[in-house]
Amino acid sequence: MNDYNFAYLDEQTKRMIRRAILKGLAIPGYQVPFASREMPMPFGWGTGGVQVSAATLTPEDVFKVIDQGADDTTNAVSIRKFFQATAGVDTTEETDKATVIQTRHRIPEAALNEDQILVYQVPIPEPLRFLEPRETETRKMHSLEEYGLMHVKLYEDIARHGAIATAYAYPVKVEGRYVMDPSPIPKFDNPKMTMPAIQLFGAGREQRIYALPPYTEVVSLDFEDYPFEASKADHSCELCGADDSYLDEVIVDDQGGRIFVCSDTAYCASRQTALQDAAAAQHEEISA
Amino acid sequence: MTLQKSSEEFFTEFSENSAPRPLFRVANIEKRYGQRIGCTGVNFDLYPGEVMGIVGESGSGKSTLLNCLAGHLEPDQGEVLFDTRDAGLVDTVTMAEPERRMLSRTDWAFVHQHARDGLRMSVSAGGNVGERLMAVGARHYGQIRDEAIDWLGRVEINETRIDDRPSAFSGGMQQRLQIARNLVTGPRLVFMDEPTGGLDVSVQARLLDLLRGLVRQMGLSAIIVTHDLAVVRLLADRLMVMKDGHVVETGLTDQVLDDPQHAYTQLLVSSVLQV
Repeated sequence: MNDYNFAYLDEQTKRMIRRAILKGLAIPGYQVPFASREMPMPFGWGTGGVQVSAATLTPEDVFKVIDQGADDTTNAVSIRKFFQATAGVDTTEETDKATVIQTRHRIPEAALNEDQILVYQVPIPEPLRFLEPRETETRKMHSLEEYGLMHVKLYEDIARHGAIATAYAYPVKVEGRYVMDPSPIPKFDNPKMTMPAIQLFGAGREQRIYALPPYTEVVSLDFEDYPFEASKADHSCELCGADDSYLDEVIVDDQGGRIFVCSDTAYCASRQTALQDAAAAQHEEISA
Repeated sequence: MTLQKSSEEFFTEFSENSAPRPLFRVANIEKRYGQRIGCTGVNFDLYPGEVMGIVGESGSGKSTLLNCLAGHLEPDQGEVLFDTRDAGLVDTVTMAEPERRMLSRTDWAFVHQHARDGLRMSVSAGGNVGERLMAVGARHYGQIRDEAIDWLGRVEINETRIDDRPSAFSGGMQQRLQIARNLVTGPRLVFMDEPTGGLDVSVQARLLDLLRGLVRQMGLSAIIVTHDLAVVRLLADRLMVMKDGHVVETGLTDQVLDDPQHAYTQLLVSSVLQV
């Protein structure tokens, strides 16, 4: 399809977004305003992530998209197809083969490396938004490092639920400076955010980009007597048996039957193949 | 000779220790709204532990003045000096904004007329009281909660209401909660804008009693803006009467109320209904 410029956006727009990305990388956790474009999909479907991906992709890149950890859900499939069509890049479902990974709500289970870029879709980039509705005020709070209010939210959690009940979009402090919304990833993924890969966050509707350079220190906020806990369902995966991955609860019938499976489908599939291979090898050994 | 010198030394030492340093000094404050005067030519010193009342009718510029003093409005002219803990008297008008905001959540407190303006209505009472503690770095939930319970007790709110939202409180309770939330960090100067406005008389009386107790007990300095002469009679040591943006009379509270000199003050005092 040659009617589109590479990766849909025009070069000027991509330059503008790249400038925002570079600024974001220079000030980790700081929300950089950018002129978000109308994309051929509704706001809330990942337009921020798509624009960041479009500005990041090169023809040599291998692209992977996950939505809630899965490669095969509507959002992931349509964004992958979008870039197949407009950029002609190779796509993959395997985490370690991808160079750019766009994600919604998860960080892949497999450890990422320095050659990879993780692009997050962000609905609401402002961690203080639900506590302080005024944008002028939240900006001032960020610039003056007034983050007491964030702890008021955690205090309310404990007062109401007996523990910090925030389970996703758990606020973090970046390099001891900016408080950042890690996008709605489960708090299970928070400790992974100090990683070798570059992390870019795009919020299309809210017109903000922020970023974490490799190995940035990311600390989840907590109280001394109620420390942060990366929680997950207390089960192991029904399909691959993994007990260290984040699990989805799936209802399988109308009799109350439910199973827990890995939310990261690529991770689960690779473990299942490995298990089958091992079983096959064992079988061969016995028969030989 | 030696005797004289030592007595001189003694004198300087004595005068340094005994002459109290003002906590708060206001010099020639003026605020205009275009051509109209908000308030002008206001000067006074406030000493530690002193309560100053500002009275005057609606539109006399008393709220404008209070907002200028508390840093909510920028005065067009003049100085507002505060005796900071580390640097002595500092002009808060020209102070860097982070410092001023730090001051306003540690050493200063502001009690609004409407409790809704001073409270976070969607946050529980305990969270409201704890906010200032967390803003200055408290990170221990148990301690924050204990402190909140202690302060709710001091303002006569039952401990069992700690997890209720202020919207479930009566007007008087909301106002008391606002006071607790402001005093929790042990401020040295409290600004109050009509703290009893909109409350019925019996609730007012209780609130005034409570405020008087807290002010005396904590040795607070306070500046109270009100149009209610009874409030200043009970709380204030000194009084400033404002009219059309100007200060028309100042003096000890009892002196001003019992022997008003300025025609407007005489009018004000005689306007109070005697029951």
